[in-house]
Amino acid sequence: MNEHMKPPAAPRTLPRESATFDAYTLSEIRRAAATGIYDIRGAGAKRKLPHFDDLLFLGASMSRYPLEGYREKCSTEVVLGTRFAKKPIELKIPITIAGMSFGSLSGPAKEALGRGASAMGTSTTTGDGGMTQEERGHSTKLVYQYLPSRYGMNPDDIRKADAIEVVVGQGAKPGGGGMLLGQKISPRVAKMRTLPEGIDQRSACRHPDWTGPDDLEIKIEELREITDWEKPIYVKVGAARPYYDTALAVKAGADVVVVDGMQGGTAATQEVFIENVGIPTLAAVRQAVKALQDLGMHRKVQLIVSGGIRNGADVAKALALGADAVAIGTAALIALGDNDPQWEGEYEKLGTRAGAYDDWHEGRDPAGITTQDPELMKRLDPVLAGRRLANYLAVMTLEAQTIARACGKSHVHNLEPEDLVALTIEAAAMAQVPLAGTDWIPGQTGRF
Amino acid sequence: MNAGTQSHAVDLSNSTVRELNTALHALKAGSNASLWRVTNPGGLHAIAAGLDAPITVEVDGPVGYYCGGMNKQATVLVKGSAGVGVAENMMSGLVEVEGDASQAAGATAHGGTLIIGGNAAARCGISMKGIDIVVKGSVGHMSAFMAQAGTLTVFGDAGEALGDSIYEARLYVRGSVKSLGADCIEKEMRDEHKAQLFERFKLAGVEGQIDPSEFKRYGSARTLYHFHVDNASAY
Repeated sequence: MNEHMKPPAAPRTLPRESATFDAYTLSEIRRAAATGIYDIRGAGAKRKLPHFDDLLFLGASMSRYPLEGYREKCSTEVVLGTRFAKKPIELKIPITIAGMSFGSLSGPAKEALGRGASAMGTSTTTGDGGMTQEERGHSTKLVYQYLPSRYGMNPDDIRKADAIEVVVGQGAKPGGGGMLLGQKISPRVAKMRTLPEGIDQRSACRHPDWTGPDDLEIKIEELREITDWEKPIYVKVGAARPYYDTALAVKAGADVVVVDGMQGGTAATQEVFIENVGIPTLAAVRQAVKALQDLGMHRKVQLIVSGGIRNGADVAKALALGADAVAIGTAALIALGDNDPQWEGEYEKLGTRAGAYDDWHEGRDPAGITTQDPELMKRLDPVLAGRRLANYLAVMTLEAQTIARACGKSHVHNLEPEDLVALTIEAAAMAQVPLAGTDWIPGQTGRF
Repeated sequence: MNAGTQSHAVDLSNSTVRELNTALHALKAGSNASLWRVTNPGGLHAIAAGLDAPITVEVDGPVGYYCGGMNKQATVLVKGSAGVGVAENMMSGLVEVEGDASQAAGATAHGGTLIIGGNAAARCGISMKGIDIVVKGSVGHMSAFMAQAGTLTVFGDAGEALGDSIYEARLYVRGSVKSLGADCIEKEMRDEHKAQLFERFKLAGVEGQIDPSEFKRYGSARTLYHFHVDNASAY
């Protein structure tokens, strides 16, 4: 046959990767097959979720008057614990630092959090493992977490605290306990937790001496008795059933309810838990607010929302949906220097990259924050890192004020759902605000 | 009792627990107001919680949840039964219950001594961190769950899953154990343990009346101290 008569090669399709079996999924299957153990990591949900990005503010126009930036005041203070506590906490900004343990974080990191928060007139929170001098000494307002493990729990520290947070759950793992691997159980951490050095330490998922909201009511009564009814008592729940959990926390006597969405970080939990249990922060806020409103307790019992708060817009949106304040954890660590590109070479040696590092439980953090290694810890200057956190908190506050003024509000708490619209149907349904350009709130009113 | 000791009486049928605890919290070391007699407790909660002075509080009747919670230094004597979490998270001092105790007696307690004259229900000594607990009767299921440090001495029997996921606490049981929890095993009773047990008898005022060799010792096999997939069936 003549070469010119050869049939042309059949066109081939491009290699096609599966959307279901994507590259990450394949890598996880191979990892599981090789090791026989599930993946444990830190941080919160990384999958794409409906979030505050899916909301927009409408701003002032014909019917509403904006406030002048740089001239007309837009207040930001918030008082937490006005229901029962003799000494409520007064914060200058509606952004608090979420609970993160000494053990998970280094002492200098806790000090830096205290320095940054105190400079901005807000609070920090202890975590599993007890209260350290670093954070008490550098936090003008410190919330003491009351956790199932009760590691380091003692009445002297309770009395030193400015508030008590009873932790029922957290957004990254509602219904889950914790695990701090042996390499982070240094002599100091072990002593604080009454454990042998170097062992893998488990944190219980349930409180040892109460079960259910009726018991919690009695437990809160005991904590109030021990502290002579001075301290605000928060109840923190992972976002799962926020309407009922908030209502039951109020019934149990909470001064403040903290609702933590699934983007909220953890020191260490199974990846499958982080990504598949709980609901997004956006989906939790209105339900929690509705519970407070139905009980006539909105603004009487304060609501703190956390999980994926990154900037002043997120703050403003959470407040507009009815929260009294927000809490940040992961974002605060980034401000300190976590996942900073300056350590790119070292992240690569750990098999990851800056921005993706989440093996906080392994204690090898190049930034010296989520570690107990004395050499790595030295990399974090608590004074400088505290300054960075204060700067970041200041920017978030200025951003929230900018938005609030544009909506004509003289206090960030005056922001309201009517200031918001949603970009997606999902966000409209979750936030219970209209889809942009319509008067349609899915499940409620109007039409396209 | 010292010559200068003053005795106070509080009747909870006409005073509140808040009033009682306010008065007790106001006491400092060296106070001569060291004996408090509380009547008509009626199962009220948080009686004598959060004390921090070397005083004695005698409660004449049954108490509710968390009696003697987070106690430091004080002696709290309950002439009746106790509800959930008696002496929870105690740091030091003595809490003694003449009758039975409900669940989670001595939970998470770091120090001090808890004596239960009768039986203790489930989860006695859960997450205990250094307390010495003596139960003259029996204990319920899951007692000493995740117990970290201290001793639990049981004159009677223990329920299911004793010492599940135990760390370094020592458990002494004279009677039967329905079952041991994960990673909890029977251990050799050496002389040092018999001596330790004898000290616990003294705490309970029964030294010389009971033979330490009648007890068996239980503690951690330490096989779950490091997470390993081969232990998956225990998790």
